Amino acid sequence: MDLAIKLIVFLPLVAAAVTGLFCRVIGDKPAQVVTCAALLIAAALSIFVFVRIGFGPEDGKMFVVRLFSWFTSGTVDVAWSLRVDTLTAVMLVVVTGVSSMVHVYSVGYMAEDTSIPRFMAYLSLFTFFMLMLVTADNLVQLFFGWEGVGLASYLLIGFWYDKPSANAAAMKAFIVNRVGDFGFALGIFAVWMLTGSVGFNDIFAKAHDMSTMHFMFLGKEVPALETACLLLFVGAMGKSAQLGLHTWLPDAMEGPTPVSALIHAATMVTAGVFMVCRLSPLFELAPVASQVVTLVGAATAFFAATIGLTQFDIKRVIAYSTCSQLGYMFFAAGVGAYSAAMFHLMTHAFFKALLFLGSGSVIHCLHHEQDMRKMGGVKEKAPQTFILMWIGTLALAGIGVPMIFGHGIGFAGFHSKDAILEGAFAAHSTVGQIAYWLGIAGAFMTAFYSTRLMFMTFYGKYRGDHHTWDHAHESPMVMLIPLYVLATGAVLAGFVAYPWFVGGDWENFWGHAIAVHATEHILHAMHEIPEWAGLLPLVMGVSGIALSYVYYIARPDLPAKTAAMFRPIYTFFYNKWYFDELYEAVFVQPALAIGRLFWKKGDGAIIDGLGPDNIAARSLNFAGVLSRFQSGYLYQYAFMMLLGVAALVTYFVVMVR
Amino acid sequence: MWTIGLGHYLFVSAVLFTFGVFGIFVNRKNVIVILMCVELMLLAVNINLVAFSVFQGNVVGQIFAMLVLTVAAAEAAIGLAIIVVYFRNRGTIEVEDISAMKG
Repeated sequence: MDLAIKLIVFLPLVAAAVTGLFCRVIGDKPAQVVTCAALLIAAALSIFVFVRIGFGPEDGKMFVVRLFSWFTSGTVDVAWSLRVDTLTAVMLVVVTGVSSMVHVYSVGYMAEDTSIPRFMAYLSLFTFFMLMLVTADNLVQLFFGWEGVGLASYLLIGFWYDKPSANAAAMKAFIVNRVGDFGFALGIFAVWMLTGSVGFNDIFAKAHDMSTMHFMFLGKEVPALETACLLLFVGAMGKSAQLGLHTWLPDAMEGPTPVSALIHAATMVTAGVFMVCRLSPLFELAPVASQVVTLVGAATAFFAATIGLTQFDIKRVIAYSTCSQLGYMFFAAGVGAYSAAMFHLMTHAFFKALLFLGSGSVIHCLHHEQDMRKMGGVKEKAPQTFILMWIGTLALAGIGVPMIFGHGIGFAGFHSKDAILEGAFAAHSTVGQIAYWLGIAGAFMTAFYSTRLMFMTFYGKYRGDHHTWDHAHESPMVMLIPLYVLATGAVLAGFVAYPWFVGGDWENFWGHAIAVHATEHILHAMHEIPEWAGLLPLVMGVSGIALSYVYYIARPDLPAKTAAMFRPIYTFFYNKWYFDELYEAVFVQPALAIGRLFWKKGDGAIIDGLGPDNIAARSLNFAGVLSRFQSGYLYQYAFMMLLGVAALVTYFVVMVR
Repeated sequence: MWTIGLGHYLFVSAVLFTFGVFGIFVNRKNVIVILMCVELMLLAVNINLVAFSVFQGNVVGQIFAMLVLTVAAAEAAIGLAIIVVYFRNRGTIEVEDISAMKG
């Protein structure tokens, strides 16, 4: 078991090192083989670990593999160790599963790229950091993985480094994440100050003590645990692109599509949700922080969906959808339904990776066309992608048949999104109600924009140029097989995993990996909510699809008319609520101005002007004067000689005598 | 009547030497003039040597003057040869144009 865990985590690192360091030596094919093989082995081992831990005996619910001590400074003692409990096991399956599929898919998608080994090495490196993140046994190691995935994300968004927009997007992602990471680091400091430890076991053991402590801040007493949780949540907001710190995620679509699927849909952006669930024993004792989590999540779920309605870039629609779905996970975690949050995280990883890879397949088919206005009718050219994308869309919209087989049967999103919304409703709190209704509105919009994407892309007549259309083709098998695997997950994951995650078996399944009290409370309450509250998400999903059908198939003139009728709102949504413009004016421009001031005036004028530049200029002047003496004319030299002789003679005559 | 004394010789010699010196760095036209000025300075020195030799009754000075004349002849020959070669190479012996040592 220990060996399996070590292999899962370190195989991707080895593969990344081999392909990354020797990429010029080994060439394209071996690089693909090495990384794919490593990831597939890791995925297989992850399933083994998942089964052993998820369905193992009570005492086998948690493995801690201590590797070695990292550093000891004063009372801070940090070790490299891999902690695997059910929460981590779920993440292991998600991360290695999606990652291995993305690796295989990349073989086809990136076939014409000039630096395949570099790409594969980055992907594997990312997977390693993500695995370090989910297996962390202490906050510092979590932070290591956290920053590592940020680095890998930066490298992969800017993978096509000759595109200025890709570089800008990479920097934006990195810098916006700095804001979140600052909060996260402060949160770690706070937790360490309160407990004197960064290890999860110690922290959780002292959670109750922490909830009674206070910080003094600006002469006021603030509850310590709430503060720490809020700071940690700021970190989660940055990584998971929640409202306010979300601006980097849509821009991150500049990266290759497999990257968007792996990092910016299935794994890295869910790290924030994972972190909140991992620290659920703290959050369950911090009601105010949890309410903030709920509100931010609900607001994001709603806000990102509204933007998704109006976008035309196929990847951006899915990116905003990701943002919105992450909001669902957060408000589930906020109301205490941590298991529902993890459930949605898992199912979302499958169907969102499927949607991204499917849209990548469309983009590949149409020679890197991403604008949906120039698509249409693609189902003729790519029938398999078409069906697979429908599966992903229905899973995202949460379509299923309720009330048969106990909890209904449907696509993955049907089970997990319902669980989340029921959880929010069952919380019986104001924020829970807000989250529920925003979530319902979000569910309607989700169904609308995801089917809008389908209708605009695959139905109707092709709207691009004929040259591209003639060369359009279905993707090769190496790209379709990962899609089939993910589609299987998108169909089955919800139905199969429902009993383990939020159904009757949850106590056996989770063990002590998540906060037990809050989860127990909410899961009980979920069964007692009125029937309409449980059915409403599905009704909304179906009506969203129906409306989308009316708009984009039955009456294609309606979208333009509606947009014209609600021009201000449409413009507001289309321009993403003007967040980028706001940040540009409030943060970016002043920061640039300050930077320019220090650069031009402070460094250029004062430091350089008086220091090096000044000395250099003066010596240049002096040298110029001196060089004029060396005229090359013999008679001037002779004259100088004479003057010298005269001066020496005068000196000796006057002074010496 | 004036008696021509040592002082007069020395004065002529000094005047000639000064002419020579100024001839070198006031002249802007021709390198040959510089060469002539050098000769002039040597001759001024010779006058000094001969004058001192006569007035002190010591013949060494005159012998030394003969030596200087020889050296001057050789120097003039070599100097003119250099100028001829220089003219062949550069096509000019204008003082203004000779500034190859310029920094």
